[in-house]
Amino acid sequence: MSTATRSLPRTIGAHAILLTYTAIALFPVILVIMNSFKSRAGIFGAPLTPPTPKTFDLIGYTTVIGQGDFIHYFQNSLVVTVASLFFVLLFGAMAAFALSEYRFRGNTLMGLYLALGIMIPIRLGTVAILQLMVASGLVNTLTALILVYTAQGLPLAVFILSEFMKQVSDDLKNAGRIDGLSEYTIFFRLVLPLVRPSMATVAVFTMIPIWNDLWFPLILAPSEETKTVTLGAQLFLGQFVTNWNAILAALSLAIMPVLILYAIFSRQLIRGITSGAVK
Amino acid sequence: MGSLNIENVKKAFGPVEVLKGINLEVTDGEFVVFVGPSGCGKSTLLRVIAGLEDSTSGRVVIDGADVSATPPAKRGIAMVFQTYALYPHLTVKNNMGLGLKQAGTPAAEIERRIGIASSMLSLEPYLERRPAELSGGQRQRVAIGRAVVREPKLFLFDEPLSNLDAALRVNTRLEIAQLHRRLKATMIYVTHDQVEAMTLADKIVVLNAGRIEQIGGPMELYNSPANEFVAGFIGSPKMNFVDGARLGETAKTIGVRPEHLTVDPKSGAWKGTVVHAEHLGADTNLYLDCEKAGLITVRIFGVYDAEPGATLYATPDPAKTYRFGADGKVLK
Ligand SMILES: Nc1ncnc2c1ncn2[C@@H]1O[C@H](COP(=O)(O)OP(=O)(O)OP(=O)(O)O)[C@@H](O)[C@H]1O
Ligand SMILES: [Mg+2]
Repeated sequence: MSTATRSLPRTIGAHAILLTYTAIALFPVILVIMNSFKSRAGIFGAPLTPPTPKTFDLIGYTTVIGQGDFIHYFQNSLVVTVASLFFVLLFGAMAAFALSEYRFRGNTLMGLYLALGIMIPIRLGTVAILQLMVASGLVNTLTALILVYTAQGLPLAVFILSEFMKQVSDDLKNAGRIDGLSEYTIFFRLVLPLVRPSMATVAVFTMIPIWNDLWFPLILAPSEETKTVTLGAQLFLGQFVTNWNAILAALSLAIMPVLILYAIFSRQLIRGITSGAVK
Repeated sequence: MGSLNIENVKKAFGPVEVLKGINLEVTDGEFVVFVGPSGCGKSTLLRVIAGLEDSTSGRVVIDGADVSATPPAKRGIAMVFQTYALYPHLTVKNNMGLGLKQAGTPAAEIERRIGIASSMLSLEPYLERRPAELSGGQRQRVAIGRAVVREPKLFLFDEPLSNLDAALRVNTRLEIAQLHRRLKATMIYVTHDQVEAMTLADKIVVLNAGRIEQIGGPMELYNSPANEFVAGFIGSPKMNFVDGARLGETAKTIGVRPEHLTVDPKSGAWKGTVVHAEHLGADTNLYLDCEKAGLITVRIFGVYDAEPGATLYATPDPAKTYRFGADGKVLK
């Protein structure tokens, strides 16, 4: 902001609003992390205070780690999220490229059809999906989850990416064609790097609902072998007793991987190697 | 090597016909410039020649071989784009060498050709840089270099200079002219710019709404335009068109170039008032509102002092007056 457009009251106002919003958004997260380091008595005695030497307790974490399978649940979540993300980005980008680059009959209709899923929640089809998975013997496999999440993520990916791919310079693609590059090379080497920031956006939007999802793991893959973290954490939510220490610790741990993935993608959002291609 | 024949090429995007039957012959070593108003199909025609766009009907023949079904990389052409279109992830050297590498040329040969092209275009200091680290003019020279190393039969340029500033444009224009002289290659060049067209071309093709209006050398188009459109398009400032009926002529329209009018404060054919005067140093453009002829432009060589509102008489040179019929064609 230049000095000409800056005014003190406005700056203060903007910061006040942003800080308030940040506080509201972070409050539950901080509460969870804070309480995960406290003893049971500490959690219920003074839920809003940070851990003191008296209330500090790692019992939650030891329970979670000691549960043994929890590492495995993490692995499952990670495999499902990363694999789904990979397929969503790959197929989404490919479909988007085809829609934006090639003129063929029904192009617009196809684009609409592929984007339709944005408006229809995939959970409406749960029963049919379950029948499908039973019929194909995929119940209680991670494959089932990956397939469903890929389908769930594709519409938005195709929609956003095709908008961005339309903006990639035609001249650049044509220069590649004249130099004898195949359409695949043009797609992977010329176009994808240029739409990397939008890929990162799509990745973030796709990743978080998958990681947090409870619905499909519960229905399609509830077995011990294929449990994800969110499902695993339910273990501590008993009908009569709830192990709050363990739940809070599990949730705190579950935040970490998403945070790391987010950090990776947001770097991509910022980094632009795109300049200098045209103009 | 390097001749091009275009035979009755038509191109439609859906129901919209963009090229309406183009016939053109380009001989080896010729420098051909396509000019025409925006949207008339110049780029489309160039892309059909390059193979980036399939024609709806008609044939494109390069060096005697019908290339209608040949992919762009195999047509023996190279293209320079308005937006440079350099590969952002490759160095200047690799940008220039990529096409040859794809074609399986030996590394030593690629190296040799890049050496020649980069010395021709003074690109040696930049060979290891990426496009983002170059100025606009340097980028366009790299794009030209990328075309040169392929040693194509046919160079295609699509408004290569229009993103450059005026001074750089003159320099690069000279470089392209020298390149043509040195390589003796066939070049096809699309431009909006009158000066580029007149100075570079052996042959100018004037396109309008998907049709060729006239083909000829720069002077031929200037001195004997076939119709009103070409007369108005070639030459700057543009030719004055006056309604024949108002002058008591049989022709529908009378055309006089601004430089073929003389002015006199006392007497002359068309009496008018000065609306505006543009002083360019070497010449002066006067806009006169004439009783008989309407608003006309007069170009006077050297400095001429005329205040807006003053009365002047303009007289056309009868030997250089064009007469156009109702169909726009020149009447002999
Ligand atoms: N892919 C396309 N789909 C539909 N119409 C197109 C397409 N490409 C070009 N056109 C149309 O074809 C016509 C000619 O376009 P072209 O780009 O050849 O014009 P041009 O003469 O190069 O213009 P300019 O001087 O502005 O570059 C335009 O009316 C344009 O709208
Ligand atoms: Mg064009």
